[in-house]
Amino acid sequence: MSAEPLPPWGPWRTGLAILRRDLFVTGREFPIFLAQVILQPLFLLFVFGKVLTELGYAQADYQQVLFPGLVALAAVLTGLQSAALPLVIEFSYSNEIEDRLLAPLPVRAVAVEKVVFAAMRGFVAGAVMFPIGVWILGAIPWRAGTAVAVVAMMVLGSLLGAAMGLILGTFVPPNRINVTFALVLTPLIFTGSSQYPWPSLSHIRWFQVVSACNPMTYVSEGLRGLMAPSVPHIDTWACFVVAVVYLVLLVIVGMFGFNRRALS
Amino acid sequence: MGTTSDGAGGGAAAVEVTDLVKRYPKAPTDSLAGVSFRVEPGEVFGFLGPNGAGKSTTIGILTTRIRPTGGQALVAGVDVVADPVAARRVLGVVPQQNNLDRSLSVRQNLLYHASYHGVPRARRNEMADALLDQFGLADRPDGRPDDFSGGQIQRMMIARTLMHAPSVLFLDEPSTGLDPAARLFLWEKVAELKAAGTTVVITTHDMDEAATLSDRVAIIDHGTLLALDTPARLVQGMSSERTLDCTVEPGPTGDALSVGLALGDLSGVRSADQLDDPAGGWRFRVAVDGDAAGYVAPVAQLVHDAGARLTDVRLGEPNLEDVFIHLTGRALR
Repeated sequence: MSAEPLPPWGPWRTGLAILRRDLFVTGREFPIFLAQVILQPLFLLFVFGKVLTELGYAQADYQQVLFPGLVALAAVLTGLQSAALPLVIEFSYSNEIEDRLLAPLPVRAVAVEKVVFAAMRGFVAGAVMFPIGVWILGAIPWRAGTAVAVVAMMVLGSLLGAAMGLILGTFVPPNRINVTFALVLTPLIFTGSSQYPWPSLSHIRWFQVVSACNPMTYVSEGLRGLMAPSVPHIDTWACFVVAVVYLVLLVIVGMFGFNRRALS
Repeated sequence: MGTTSDGAGGGAAAVEVTDLVKRYPKAPTDSLAGVSFRVEPGEVFGFLGPNGAGKSTTIGILTTRIRPTGGQALVAGVDVVADPVAARRVLGVVPQQNNLDRSLSVRQNLLYHASYHGVPRARRNEMADALLDQFGLADRPDGRPDDFSGGQIQRMMIARTLMHAPSVLFLDEPSTGLDPAARLFLWEKVAELKAAGTTVVITTHDMDEAATLSDRVAIIDHGTLLALDTPARLVQGMSSERTLDCTVEPGPTGDALSVGLALGDLSGVRSADQLDDPAGGWRFRVAVDGDAAGYVAPVAQLVHDAGARLTDVRLGEPNLEDVFIHLTGRALR
């Protein structure tokens, strides 16, 4: 009713309203969203985790290596795509972002909302890997005591992906996005230590160095250390530290790119 | 003046721009070279100029999307550079291009916009219903923006920005690409907004639009403000010259040159020039002092005496276009 007193207003309320809009739109097409994010890791899990091990080309404990890595892959990649694609479209073809840039909140907060929302999608994508893992593999590596740390690492991984998406979405011109995605995503997927344990690469030194540069490696390794500690892995605390440092750096670069696009 | 003097305060300008300068990175010249003007509350203020004159840059700065290189810009008393967040609460923007949220329905576009601006839920719903009705969109509130025409898209964008009741509304080239009916509807709405006390700043390269809608018009070119006044006074400031454009059907005798010379010799006539006539007849532009209509009879008599026949006369009053040509030395389009 109009007699109701005006609620206190702050830019955070605007930010939440924008987030609510994004959740509303995603919620409306949730099955499509799930299908979109699940399919690739599902097939990876099925072929590498199930088919190859059953055929005897991979050892049964490869599942221990693969599963945490695929959770990381789903979280990071979905975070990345959920930030990058809408940004490219909204800054060029649809101009939709203008209404949010003209809303009463700092421009940086619009970028933060994009990252937070994309990370939420990334987290959901990572989380649905667990029931899928149980379904396909029968059992997944899991230790009850590390649940909180696993969630924290998944959140970190989703945010890392979203921050990379912020950079891609604001630096890549729209006519190059297809090429860029092909050139960026494939290396990102296969150098992120999601299909192999990083410490075991010591005899393919160059690849180990390349993998060490990929932020996703620390998410894969971190989850592996938490979920399947018997597999060789980078120390979990080190994974958290490097992931946080990467996150800060990527967000700073992404914010710069966003500001450049949002203001002239 | 303080940076955030009270928005609705008495005497405060709706828009106050002082020595505004904008140079884009790597650009050889300033896009805005020190522009100053003031828009009074409740005024409809027209910004007239060709493409690239600096209109959109000015609007961009006032609506917090472009950072000025120098100078100050206040909207409803709020410094748009120092406090862009507060400025966005008091201003509304209707851009040139469709920027509606394609994932939302028409009604949802309005509702979410209001929620971004902190309008409480019950009030959002009330306002959305009222505005959809007012803008002729009430029959398809659940349609997606992609399914509507250009004119309807623009109505949606105006309705959307009115959801947060801005005190200053910026319309950037609003009638570009609209059909005549949609244009009239827009003009009506602008008049209604003015009547309701909203300040409207409108950019256009359409002379009629500027003259019809605006209380005052600023003419801008090459980033410089060339003139600023009411449309009537801008036109008055022109010379008192009027023109008669005459079409003459040649007779059996006489030639265009001698008729043209004779027209030029009539008393009160400044000049008579023959114009090209694609139809092959004779056309003359006769420039006169004072009331052009008074010259119709003498011109007709003279043409008749030369054995020809005057078939059409058009009286030319100076308009904003002439003002613009006078100021810039070139036509607007």
